[in-house]
Amino acid sequence: MALVADTPKESFRLGMLIYDTRYRSITIQIIVMVLFLLGLWWLLDNLFSNLATRGKDLSFSFLWNRAGYDINQTLIPYTNDDTHFRAMLVGLVNTILVAVLGCVAATVIGVMVGVLRLSKNWLVSKLMTVYVEMFRNVPVLLWILVAFAVFTEITPAPRDFKVTDEMVAAGVEPAASMVLFDSVAITNRGTFIPKALYERSLGEVIIGFLPISLNTIAVLAVLIGSAMGYRAIKRHATAVQEATGIRPKTWWKSLLTLVGPIVALLFALGFHLEIPTLGGFNFSGGTLVSNSLMALWLGLTLYTAAFIAEIVRAGIMAISKGQTEASYALGLRPGRTMSLVVLPQALRVIIPPLISQYLNLTKNSSLAIAVSYMDLRGTLGGITLNQTGRELESMLLLMLIYLALSLMISSAMNVYNNAVKLKER
Amino acid sequence: MSDLHAHSARYVRDSMLPPEAPPALESGAIKWLRENLFSGLLNSILTVLGLLTIAYLLKLALPWFLHGVWNANSLGECRQVIAANWGEGAHGACWAMIRERWNQFLFGFYPSSEYWRPILALLLLFLALAPVLFDEMSKKLMGAVAVVGVLVLWLSAYNGQWLPVGILVIIAGVTAFVGSRGRHWPQNLMWFSLVFPALAFWLLWGGTIWLPVMVMAGFIVGGIALRIATPMIGLMPALAFAVLAAFFWWYFAAGPATDALAAMSGRNQPFWLRRVNSDEFGGFVLAFTIGLSGIAISLPMGIVLALGRQSDMLLVKALCVGFIEFIRGVPLITLLFTASLLLNYFLPPGTNFDIILRVIIMVTLFSAAYIAEVIRGGLAALPRGQYEAADALGLDYWKAQRLIVMPQALKISIPGIVSSFIGLFKDTTLVVFVALLDPLKGITDAVRASIQWKGIYWEPYIFVGAIFFIICFSMSRYSMFLENKLKREHR
Repeated sequence: MALVADTPKESFRLGMLIYDTRYRSITIQIIVMVLFLLGLWWLLDNLFSNLATRGKDLSFSFLWNRAGYDINQTLIPYTNDDTHFRAMLVGLVNTILVAVLGCVAATVIGVMVGVLRLSKNWLVSKLMTVYVEMFRNVPVLLWILVAFAVFTEITPAPRDFKVTDEMVAAGVEPAASMVLFDSVAITNRGTFIPKALYERSLGEVIIGFLPISLNTIAVLAVLIGSAMGYRAIKRHATAVQEATGIRPKTWWKSLLTLVGPIVALLFALGFHLEIPTLGGFNFSGGTLVSNSLMALWLGLTLYTAAFIAEIVRAGIMAISKGQTEASYALGLRPGRTMSLVVLPQALRVIIPPLISQYLNLTKNSSLAIAVSYMDLRGTLGGITLNQTGRELESMLLLMLIYLALSLMISSAMNVYNNAVKLKER
Repeated sequence: MSDLHAHSARYVRDSMLPPEAPPALESGAIKWLRENLFSGLLNSILTVLGLLTIAYLLKLALPWFLHGVWNANSLGECRQVIAANWGEGAHGACWAMIRERWNQFLFGFYPSSEYWRPILALLLLFLALAPVLFDEMSKKLMGAVAVVGVLVLWLSAYNGQWLPVGILVIIAGVTAFVGSRGRHWPQNLMWFSLVFPALAFWLLWGGTIWLPVMVMAGFIVGGIALRIATPMIGLMPALAFAVLAAFFWWYFAAGPATDALAAMSGRNQPFWLRRVNSDEFGGFVLAFTIGLSGIAISLPMGIVLALGRQSDMLLVKALCVGFIEFIRGVPLITLLFTASLLLNYFLPPGTNFDIILRVIIMVTLFSAAYIAEVIRGGLAALPRGQYEAADALGLDYWKAQRLIVMPQALKISIPGIVSSFIGLFKDTTLVVFVALLDPLKGITDAVRASIQWKGIYWEPYIFVGAIFFIICFSMSRYSMFLENKLKREHR
């Protein structure tokens, strides 16, 4: 008589919560959850009791009060009668302005330096190495401060541009002169650049709270249209090439599509530049770009460009020599080898770190505080915070906006990264 | 035969000609120039442009450097000297400012009678780093340690303080004792690396020695609890018990014990150092304090965060991802402002803790998030087979991480980690915005605010920039050295 013994029924023991891998992760997660909630509760409890003892509440209504301070550099209309919210927007736009300018300039300089550092020319590659090492290994704050000192201490005062009759008679040159075909004046009061003006306006639309000129929208629309037309021409040329083997000449069509419409539109709108002119003791006309913006831009650009140069260099070096040789063997010229073989592959290596450099630049733009450029931190996290005494709300909002900005940049770049990524399997 | 051959061949060479010198264009400096500077039209243009740039920069800056004045008491005096030596209207650097304000750049407003303390802390740091950075015996290391010892003795003699010697004697004694118990040099110094943070805290801020001692005692309490409880209830519960024991020690026992011991020992030298407040810190002492503590804490924290982000446990992973992405999404300045303005809101009413400590916490959190991402990259680069091999060997999670995964992942991520460290060290300059005197802007502004040095711009920037450059550049070179040393595959 054979008794078939059941496998012993597993009874649950308390120790299994820790020693059985089936339950352990749940135990740990529960402990972590409890600790996290306890910590959160502790912080919030402290927060509310502190707020209560200080007689404060958590409210964002201060944003709708009158700001009462001036901002020297604004892209959107603002007076000191506007609300704190409006001041915050001015700051946000200023942050975005310097971030965009910085990213563009840093990319241009960084790519140039990175390519030149790989050059066979000994002198140039050594110069670029010195540049990269010098800018990478010193705090960005120093470069911003140095750039600011250059703009405020070394650049000439507006009166140095003055040409008097006596000077003309004596043949003496003025102490300073304008650059770029006498259109830009770099002075210690700021940089004066030409202003784009239209004789005829199509009117304005108000989107939310921002008045936007229809002229700008028209110009943008035409530019986008031209670009799409250009792509269509290229696509057509490729189709013809694939069908017949002969690529039709398209350069004059492309040129006409790209240049024609915009020139016609600008002519129709009566586009002209207002050149800054010296009158009395200061320049008038044109747009004044404050020294703080110029210094911040220059400092951030040069610093970030050094990092981008390294990224570009590493990206190009990561493409094996065999790729270049193979494309030469196929009979491609060096220019087309670069654009069709090396760069598309190098871009995949370059783009992810490039994204984080753009993010870094955007976040470093908060160093504007050092040169009193009124960016988001200067308005919302600076004067608004001090005037209203709403530290908690201001800092919370500030962090959230920066976070949103960062996430937006990184997701936009990730979309691009996915588009150029190597498609495998 | 040779006669026969002799009349048929008119001429037979019987000696080798010396080789011709290569053409002048293909040898020596000219060849190098042709190949490296003028290999084509574009390169020639670039070379000329480069030369012009160098010439322009030299013309701009060289006279200024050469006219530098090292002995003067004010900027006005400097300008007088330059005008007297090089003629009216000549420009020149006024390095005399660095001479005069050297101590301020290094120590901020640290009391000058106590300068030996940060110096001693820095010297002892080298001792503490020895077992961390090097694991093999070497004569060079012995030599370096001997040099540090001599410097400590000199510091002692120079300042008339016997405390540095006392500390050195204790270190030597304990190290020899540990060495005699079978630990080899330099690993027998490891105990000192663990004690060093408390010692450095005491040296820098002063006050009673019992506070750091009691804090350290918490770790010992935890260790003992772990040792006792493990055989009784197993490792995991014992770990929790140990953490609780240490926590109770710090929360309940450490404070009264410190007070009692401090009252007993009184305010005498070996137990009490003059208290230095945080607002007296400044210059490179501040930068080093924040930078080094940040580096030391952020690496382990970054590893933990990276592991948490890779974890299978959903909750742990979510918390780590949220933390990392939040910290990486906001600028450091906002975190520093949070530390200075908001932290009091989140702490029990009435608590107010040190501003430098708050800044260190924020800088560390910031850096840890970046390091976590770097290490995550290293973990992702590791072939899947390594994890599977570790599982196949039957290693548990922590053993697999410690013995298989981390050594390789960390090796891959060395360049990234070191550049995070460099970034952290550079970011210590941002503390100026929460009213601490960093060397770059804080001290420079303080110098410029004085009547003698009003209007001095470039010299302090160049000086501070040069020091930052030297430190950061050597860090990056060390990482390259380490990378080469640890490289296993030969390609």
